[in-house]
Amino acid sequence: MKALATLGRGVEQGAAWLLGLLWLLPLVFAVWTAFHSPAYMAHFSLTAPLTLENFKNAWQAAPFARYFLNTTLLVIGILIAQFTLCTLAAFAFARLPFIGSQVLFALVLMQLMVAPDILLLENYRAIKMLGLMDTLPGIALPYLASAFGIFLLRQTFLTIPKDLEEAARMEGCGPLGVLWRVYVPIARPVYVAYGLVSVSWHWNNFLWPLIITNSVETRPLTVGLAVFASSDQGIDWSVITAATLMTSAPLLIGFLLFQRQFVQSFVRAGIR
Amino acid sequence: MKSLSRRLFTASALAFGLSLSASAQAADIELRFYYPVAVGGPITKIIDEYAAGFEKENPGIKIKPVYAGDYVQTIGKALTAVKGGDAPELAILLAADITSLVDEDAVVPVDDVIKTPADKAWVEGFYPAFMENAKLKGKTYAIPFQRSTPVLYWNKDMFKAAGLDPDKGPKDWNEMRDFAKKLTKKDASGAVTQWGIEIPSDGNSLWLFTGLTTGNGVRINNAEGTKVNFADPKVVEALQYWYDLSKVDGAQPAGLINWGTTPRDFIEGRTAMMWHTTGNLTNVKNNAKFPFGIGFLPGKTQFGAPTGGGNFYFFKGMSAEKQAAALAFVKYMTTPERAADWSTKTGYVATQPAAYETPVMKAYAADFPAAIIARDQLKYAVPEMTVHENQRVTKIANDAIQAVMTGAKPADAALKDAQAEAERVLKDFN
Amino acid sequence: MNALRLSLYGWLMVLPAAALLGLFTHIPVVESFVHSFMSTDKPKRPSRFVGLDNYDTLIADPIFWKALTNNLLYALGSVPLSIAIAMLMALFVNDKLAGRGFLRAAYFTPTILPMIAVANIWIFFFTPDYGLLEQMLKPFGLGGYNILGSNNTALLAVTIVAIWKESGFFMIFYLAALQQISPELKEAAAIEGISRFTFFRRVIFPLLMPTTLFVMVNALINAFRVVDHIFVMTGGGPNNATSVLLFRIYEVGFKYFDFGFASAMTVVLLCVLGVVALGQFFALDRKVHYQ
Repeated sequence: MKALATLGRGVEQGAAWLLGLLWLLPLVFAVWTAFHSPAYMAHFSLTAPLTLENFKNAWQAAPFARYFLNTTLLVIGILIAQFTLCTLAAFAFARLPFIGSQVLFALVLMQLMVAPDILLLENYRAIKMLGLMDTLPGIALPYLASAFGIFLLRQTFLTIPKDLEEAARMEGCGPLGVLWRVYVPIARPVYVAYGLVSVSWHWNNFLWPLIITNSVETRPLTVGLAVFASSDQGIDWSVITAATLMTSAPLLIGFLLFQRQFVQSFVRAGIR
Repeated sequence: MKSLSRRLFTASALAFGLSLSASAQAADIELRFYYPVAVGGPITKIIDEYAAGFEKENPGIKIKPVYAGDYVQTIGKALTAVKGGDAPELAILLAADITSLVDEDAVVPVDDVIKTPADKAWVEGFYPAFMENAKLKGKTYAIPFQRSTPVLYWNKDMFKAAGLDPDKGPKDWNEMRDFAKKLTKKDASGAVTQWGIEIPSDGNSLWLFTGLTTGNGVRINNAEGTKVNFADPKVVEALQYWYDLSKVDGAQPAGLINWGTTPRDFIEGRTAMMWHTTGNLTNVKNNAKFPFGIGFLPGKTQFGAPTGGGNFYFFKGMSAEKQAAALAFVKYMTTPERAADWSTKTGYVATQPAAYETPVMKAYAADFPAAIIARDQLKYAVPEMTVHENQRVTKIANDAIQAVMTGAKPADAALKDAQAEAERVLKDFN
Repeated sequence: MNALRLSLYGWLMVLPAAALLGLFTHIPVVESFVHSFMSTDKPKRPSRFVGLDNYDTLIADPIFWKALTNNLLYALGSVPLSIAIAMLMALFVNDKLAGRGFLRAAYFTPTILPMIAVANIWIFFFTPDYGLLEQMLKPFGLGGYNILGSNNTALLAVTIVAIWKESGFFMIFYLAALQQISPELKEAAAIEGISRFTFFRRVIFPLLMPTTLFVMVNALINAFRVVDHIFVMTGGGPNNATSVLLFRIYEVGFKYFDFGFASAMTVVLLCVLGVVALGQFFALDRKVHYQ
């Protein structure tokens, strides 16, 4: 019986590693190809000379500095707006018994199903009407009020005991004060978890920015990357992999550094 | 005191006003120019350079290139701008999009823009193969700029190993088929280690297929862009030939062949021959470790190849002044010297015979004779399919070709269905 | 008085989010319906009411049916598999295995890589002859597949990429759920001599049910909106074998500029999502109680 358990454990260990390696394979390939000359792409040899040439070529193939700036501004802008809008709405739904709140909440939940990506035709019209074509706000606007964020924060706020509010009330805080002093600090792990999801989603979002942008000043990284995908000259994997690593480096490094906290935030946020 | 300050104020206001109007005069004509590429990088640098050179020679005109994405996105953005009353003055868009631009009432004929006999001679100086789909209903709507055509690439080492003359490519279908079979190699287990030929068939399959149909002496659309000819027995035969290279001869991989990976296949020595754009010359030249040859696309009854790429279009709604400036810019961009410079830097085919007489081009051709092959093939070239609702009809053709190449439908049935479908889409134009 | 003031406060706080949601979700949903009954705006023929014309075209369009079928297959393939793999991953990482930090990172990284770029890497994996998959299959005497270029396998390939991309993300939710299961349960089971498999089947799996439902709904929604890699890998080909609804909407809307027809397809997509929503509503009501 014990031997069987040990065996089972060994199998599990093996399977876990196999799956991990399999999952990492594309990244491993990307690293290999990005740091070697194109000649070694399909030929794996440990003695192949390393090079940074591909990164240089990729960097020169597109105004990546500008794209990094655009994506960073976009992601930060969206995050700040989402935090603000969702916090206010979630608090109202959780703690202020206003007239019509249940109907409104049901309407909010609808967006969980119908993501803005699905409605790209109509959202395109709306952005055009607002005169926001080819602007960063134009890319961000449909995503700012996030039902997922409102739902998540509302669930969290609901679990916070009301007694905690009383202390703040005694000191003369209004609803906003209570929210800021009591609810927001307690919900911190949720903000971290939600923030990470939001950042990685919008960092990688492609279709909508593709439709909305048409100049270097507004295009995010993903749209810049797509150029490599539609090349007349065929696919140059060396440059593509270099560009991929380059553009996802901030997220990758950030995740590797903070992965423990990230997972903990999810656990504490009780997202399940 | 009071009057003095008032006088001073008036004077300065006047001066300010004057300087304003002066700067308004100097603030020139601005031409917005949509160019179909999504990024900076090498190509946009060349365009920026040209624009700067033009501005220097023509003070008072400013060129503002807008890099708006690939061809499909750029035309989308241009048409959207037209509808919003904010049209650009100039754009380079697909030659084959001429029908859409005319149907959407977005462009003016070149004939209305040119004024002098010299202008007329200039328009007539381009290769007829490029001008063919720059015209619609007897009017010229476009000026060729970045044009490409596919050629046959072959690996000379493999030709030698198979006992073929490494300096001669196949001259017709039979020879290509025969060579391809001889060049296909299998290992002991029967798996192919080297393919005879690859003609990419994913994405815009129709482009290279037009090379096959032209080589069989058949045109797939009429000059007015109102009719297609998919179900013609010769078109069916061309598609069958392409499919048989895989299915019957086993000399070409089965299923769709990826446009993007084909050059890599050739460079890696997985295929002995490939059809690909001349735009790939530099890439293959830099990366292939073996000598390679370039030749015309072989045909059954004649040589034949499609042309593709983009032309200059003049948009509606320009003042006469702007039109003159736009014309000056387009002429500047298409001088033989500039065409030669553009061709050597990008691999596009130079758009006029005069460009090949320039010292730059001569030097380039001496160093790299393959560049001349593309030019010489132009005699046999036809424009890629250009019909109304072009994107849609192209998609219908592509689907049919792909259905056949993947073995889902026989060639005659697939093309018959495609013909019916295309006729439905084109019914409003007939 | 106080209640009224609170109510006002509530409305004010919800207003910005509600306005944006209305502008970019609810109004567009209604507009999609409206525009699906209108013809496309052309310079010579402005948009007008055409009744069910767009829907007639839709029903007659074989590519639409293909895209719908493909999308259902894509969902059917990616949803259960990514859920199963996500659960497996979470179980692995939750057990005290050697190198669990590494494993967790390995499982999760696909989530943070941009799909548009990663798709190119996957093309290399699936490339015939010298692609990575072929190189791995060769020692076993297999190979010679043209995976992305064949009708039968292209959809499978893009489904695999979707599974690879999403499983790690869903793993996090399972991990969060697993860590909230009391360790005493496991100890008790060990004392009782219950096998690990039985313990999983009888105890863990049912406890994970709410998570599974949550993940399932998200995976289903994603199956209708994650299309970036299709642009790069196949462009919807061969012969529309990998065309899915959103991809087709993009094609018709932004390549052919036929907004009327594209709106009709958007309506179909909305209806499909509506069915998912109803399903979730009943399933959630019966089986799960959210706090």
